[in-house]
Amino acid sequence: MEILPNILFAVALVIGIGFFAGNIKKLIRNIKLGKEVEIDDSPTKRFKNMAMIALGQSKMVVRPIAGLMHIIVYVGFIIINIEVLEIIIDGLFGTHRIFASLGVFYDFLIASFEILALLVIIAVLIFWIRRNVIRLQRFIKPEMKGWPKTDANWILYIEFILMALFLTMNATDAKLQQLGALHYQEAGTFTISQFLLPLFDTMSIQTLIFIERTAWWLHILGILFFLNYLYYSKHLHILLAFPNTYYGKLKPQGQFENLGSVTKEVKLMLDPNADPFAAPADDAPPPEKFGASDVMDLTRVQLLNAYTCTECGRCTSECPANQTGKKLSPRKIMMDTRDRLEEVGKNIDGNKGEFKADGKQLLDDYITREELWACTTCNACVEACPVSIDPLSIIMSMRQYLVMEQSAAPTELNNMMSNIENNGAPWPYNQMDRLNWVNE
Amino acid sequence: MSEALRVKTMEEFVAQGKRPEILFWVGSAGSYDDRAKKISRAFVKILNKANVEFAVLGPEESCTGDVAKRAGNEFLFQMQAMMNIEVLNGYEIERIVTCDPHSFNTLKNEYPSLGGNYEVVHHSQYIKELMDNGRLSVEGQVYRGKKITFHDPCYLGRANKVYDAPRDLLKKTNAQFIEMKRHKRNALCCGAGGAQMFKEPEKGDMDINVLRTKEALETSPNIIATGCPYCNTMMTDGIKAHEKEDSVTVLDIAELIANSI
Repeated sequence: MEILPNILFAVALVIGIGFFAGNIKKLIRNIKLGKEVEIDDSPTKRFKNMAMIALGQSKMVVRPIAGLMHIIVYVGFIIINIEVLEIIIDGLFGTHRIFASLGVFYDFLIASFEILALLVIIAVLIFWIRRNVIRLQRFIKPEMKGWPKTDANWILYIEFILMALFLTMNATDAKLQQLGALHYQEAGTFTISQFLLPLFDTMSIQTLIFIERTAWWLHILGILFFLNYLYYSKHLHILLAFPNTYYGKLKPQGQFENLGSVTKEVKLMLDPNADPFAAPADDAPPPEKFGASDVMDLTRVQLLNAYTCTECGRCTSECPANQTGKKLSPRKIMMDTRDRLEEVGKNIDGNKGEFKADGKQLLDDYITREELWACTTCNACVEACPVSIDPLSIIMSMRQYLVMEQSAAPTELNNMMSNIENNGAPWPYNQMDRLNWVNE
Repeated sequence: MSEALRVKTMEEFVAQGKRPEILFWVGSAGSYDDRAKKISRAFVKILNKANVEFAVLGPEESCTGDVAKRAGNEFLFQMQAMMNIEVLNGYEIERIVTCDPHSFNTLKNEYPSLGGNYEVVHHSQYIKELMDNGRLSVEGQVYRGKKITFHDPCYLGRANKVYDAPRDLLKKTNAQFIEMKRHKRNALCCGAGGAQMFKEPEKGDMDINVLRTKEALETSPNIIATGCPYCNTMMTDGIKAHEKEDSVTVLDIAELIANSI
């Protein structure tokens, strides 16, 4: 009878972590639907970026208020998770506050967890007010209706509840310690939860133990739930920010990738010895598709970007097209990419591991041409992203598909391009007149 | 500007058995656009004044392909790039200067993997270098007492992190320099990039250049300086939209310096 809770705990832990691992496997499979990219440059620089941007939150503080609040929640969660380690050991082995033997250091740990928990609660409240009362512009854009809005609020509610449970658990524990209840040896300094003690003054030891155990169980079950919530939420960024900043662009922002598949074709065209009418060799691979019309045409880094996006909207709020009322929103580009990728993933799950054409694609069904053509390629979105996402690269891949596979550029751009083809300038002037400006 | 400019093509240098110090990549805007041509002339005036032995490609120059690439036509871009690289490599060009941040970015960053490796500088960097080496000095009286703000071209600033050279030059004019609220890496685009220069904007409630000029006008400047022919056009149009063309002028850094020497 005594070990029943331990068995239940172990079962909950295995189910929680197992389900999470399954989703991570699915996530990796989905990302691998994208094209491989060669990353052969400096790992040192990449690790440094990861340390600075993800671990060090360097780009979060560009906006000081949101940045500071975010750091509190982030540090709070990392530090308080040390407590989870204790909870897991206690849960599995039926001990109570196993780390109490650390003595003064334990008191210090519990005190700092409690202060952080309070700070997290305050930060979460401010976040909630910014979203729901002040209604900051970037949180109420069209793409934030429905699930994205609910998701953002749920995360805040869950964090609030987890912290409240943690403090309740500690407060009742402290009370039980005062009352000298069995198993509740004196341990920990309850800097914050001591103020909750009056709430429990009249309760019996039995009621207190019931509340303490309930809070304890809900706290750990809540954490396991939250872990599994990640995959369905923008909150996935707490894990993916790390690989994503590692794979972030190292080159100057203005440098766009030169498509290797195009280089091959162009070299062939410019080669005077090549026979333009030669039939391709029998074993030649089918010609590569230029650009992207669906998620499978994007690179793995672009897909990782989509899963990492936490929908904060800093990109959209810096986008010149969005600021002047155009439909383009870089955040929506990322959200659409993830939604479509998830749809493709579910299609594969439902068809025994194989994708069955569903008559849909990322272009038009999710991202419209109007959005794509509104981009000025100014890199403001790339600069703004706190986790090194590059929405611009997806816009460019899709423009490439439109122009090179569909010849579907806006008419004025087609004129500009035929001018370049005919006379080496985007305007219809004679190339021989290139030096006229000297004598004008 | 009526004084004769001294401009030699690469072909002429080769005929004389000489090599230039640097190649001036004029770019399509600098060659054909009426406003941008004045920037090319101002820059050459500076080069002449500093006795720089520079060359241009003239009719052998062709569009870098930048605008085709951003429009999604990678094919046309690479065709242009490879033709230009053949010319540049044929002349064994090592160093290039240009007044166009788009050419600057493409030549510097996107040509190397296609076989074109050059040291590429923006004209603001090059003019600064001429000053630092004592080859050019500025009197700096013309603009004394004027208020100047600077609009960062995206492809010079954010794209390549060149923020200081143009500002250092502006300070040499002895004008009062005022930053816009959004500047350097937070600067707002003028609206011309990504091939927008060549098409009508999508439906919205405002044109980007009007918004950016509004931000510039908030500094109540006499002059809005920039370092890109496309930004120049967009900002000039923006000034007109705000009906400020009588009191505010848009000038390139090269023009400000050319007028100050």
